Amino acid sequence: MKPDNETLREMLRKLYAARIFEERVNEMFMRGMIHGTTHLSIGQEGVAVGAIYAIKKDDLIMSSHRGHSHCIAKDADVKLMMCELLGRKPGFCKGMGGSMHIVDIKSNNYGANGIIGPSIAIATGIALALKKDGSGKIIVDFFGDGTSNAGAFHESLNMAALWKLPIVYICENNKYGMSTPVEKTVSVPNIADRACAYGFPGIVVDGNDVFAVMDAVYEAAKRARKGEGPTLIEAKTYRWLGHSKSDKRAYRTREEEEEWKARCPIKRFERYLLDNGFDETELKEMYGEAERKMQEAVDFAMNASSPTMEDAKSLVYA
Amino acid sequence: MEITLKQAITDALREEMRRDEKVFLIGEDMGVYGGCFGVTKGFLEEFGEDRIIDAPIAENAFTSMAVGAAMAGYRPVVEYMFSDFVAVAMDSIVNQAAKQRFMLGGQVKIPMVMRTPAGSGSGAAAQHSQSLETLFCHIPGLKVVIPATPYDAKGLLKSAIRDDNPVLFFEHKIGYGVKGEVPEEEYLLPIGKADIKREGKDLTIISYSYTLIKALKAAEMLEKDGIDTEVLDLRTLSPLDTEAVISSVKKTGRVLITHESVQNYGAGAEVAAVIADSEAFFYLDRPVRRFGGMFIPIPYSPQLEADAVPQPDTIYQNAKELLK
Repeated sequence: MKPDNETLREMLRKLYAARIFEERVNEMFMRGMIHGTTHLSIGQEGVAVGAIYAIKKDDLIMSSHRGHSHCIAKDADVKLMMCELLGRKPGFCKGMGGSMHIVDIKSNNYGANGIIGPSIAIATGIALALKKDGSGKIIVDFFGDGTSNAGAFHESLNMAALWKLPIVYICENNKYGMSTPVEKTVSVPNIADRACAYGFPGIVVDGNDVFAVMDAVYEAAKRARKGEGPTLIEAKTYRWLGHSKSDKRAYRTREEEEEWKARCPIKRFERYLLDNGFDETELKEMYGEAERKMQEAVDFAMNASSPTMEDAKSLVYA
Repeated sequence: MEITLKQAITDALREEMRRDEKVFLIGEDMGVYGGCFGVTKGFLEEFGEDRIIDAPIAENAFTSMAVGAAMAGYRPVVEYMFSDFVAVAMDSIVNQAAKQRFMLGGQVKIPMVMRTPAGSGSGAAAQHSQSLETLFCHIPGLKVVIPATPYDAKGLLKSAIRDDNPVLFFEHKIGYGVKGEVPEEEYLLPIGKADIKREGKDLTIISYSYTLIKALKAAEMLEKDGIDTEVLDLRTLSPLDTEAVISSVKKTGRVLITHESVQNYGAGAEVAAVIADSEAFFYLDRPVRRFGGMFIPIPYSPQLEADAVPQPDTIYQNAKELLK
């Protein structure tokens, strides 16, 4: 399935925004402008954009600790994302969550989670609610390779299969759980193989090929919507940077990194556009526009007010 | 109408499920079996499989699933067969249910109840007899309700289901058999309010759950000695009704706090600190006394099991110490 030209433009805008957002965040961390930590998905943006453009706007997503690209692909306002990272009051979570907890319910993004495993169960619970609603909506749940070893992953997949829940599980296999290579933690060649234990399809796709991800998610979403239950899609990809800001990447070679950078999902997407009648100048303009928007977001966030302890206290109980 | 505490729980669940179709139950063996202690007998026939969900043995995931369903607008009521099993779901309760609303800057509510039979006295040994309620009092974002009488259990469970926050609701296994009057007409009780179960002027015994029933028996024994005991039922541990504690202590000047959960770092410690931190301190005639469960896992051997937690006679003896 290939989207129309306007959709392709929108997808490219999202890819650019995701990449530029994280490059800026990385730089701001280095310069000490943001505190705490962050998990960047540079190199993995193709999964987020491919998957989210395969579903409807009113479908839901659940993200992971490495969730900026999902947020952006699902239409989150980068100004409010930047505010959240800086702990400012206009942020999506009023500055209470930070990078690891960005959630934007208005755009049907049920958000990131700092603990891997239970987020899969929460997404599965939302799928249960969607089934009860009978609304025809589905949820796409993003998580990493390491999460597929957590108990909650297996418990959730079992229940989703039993009750034929409208959910698409997308495992972004970026080859490392922090520093540990997948081969040392996962007992089967492909994480997608684990789906057969629960009796539903497990599919491996090239996570750096936006269209391959899109096709797989589109089919899985169709299945979910028809009441046929979940699908597990394993998108093979690579995170270019470290696990979090303090990671020196001693567990892998620079050669391996270069190899994967040569398979950049954004470059690949651009190439497709150029081969299909898009003009290079237009792409450059779009990139420039994305950079300008990000600068606006940074300026907005830097000038935004911080929350008070009263704000924090008011949020503990409904 | 006189009913048991177990019946009160059943009635509250049924009434709330009839009232609000967003309420559903999830847990192990709740359908045909009717729940491990039979609380949901007949529910499957009335409400169907969609609302009485028999989950696999996966406490952690089905608790987080309830969090997800709550975020999406439902009011799930989770049942754990034994309160000991909440430990399996700790991540979902402590890191997810309690914090989602806060971390998300208030974008969602988590209206869910986690109810579970707790306590010793059934010969079920160390992994099926614990009283773990105070673990959850240490977690902002959770409420902890632990009634002793059928009237309180029904009114508080109905309120817990209507509450927009995650509520831990502890039911004592032996306490299921406690009988009491419950009105025919509907009523709700506020979460966070203690209740004076017996008025007195010489001494206050503060307790909750099944130990409260034992404390009332101890109060009758004390009455024979001419001692007029006030018995205060906390009913909710978080939020704690500090005003009720302070005002009772100001009235009697002597206070014994007793509960089945282990004494160390327990509810008694918190209540004692509330007293020490308030003007009630100046009204004390004797040091505050705590009498909780022994700091051991619940033993299987019958006499030891009984001796590991407060009983009417030992509560009576502890009270007498305060009156010397």
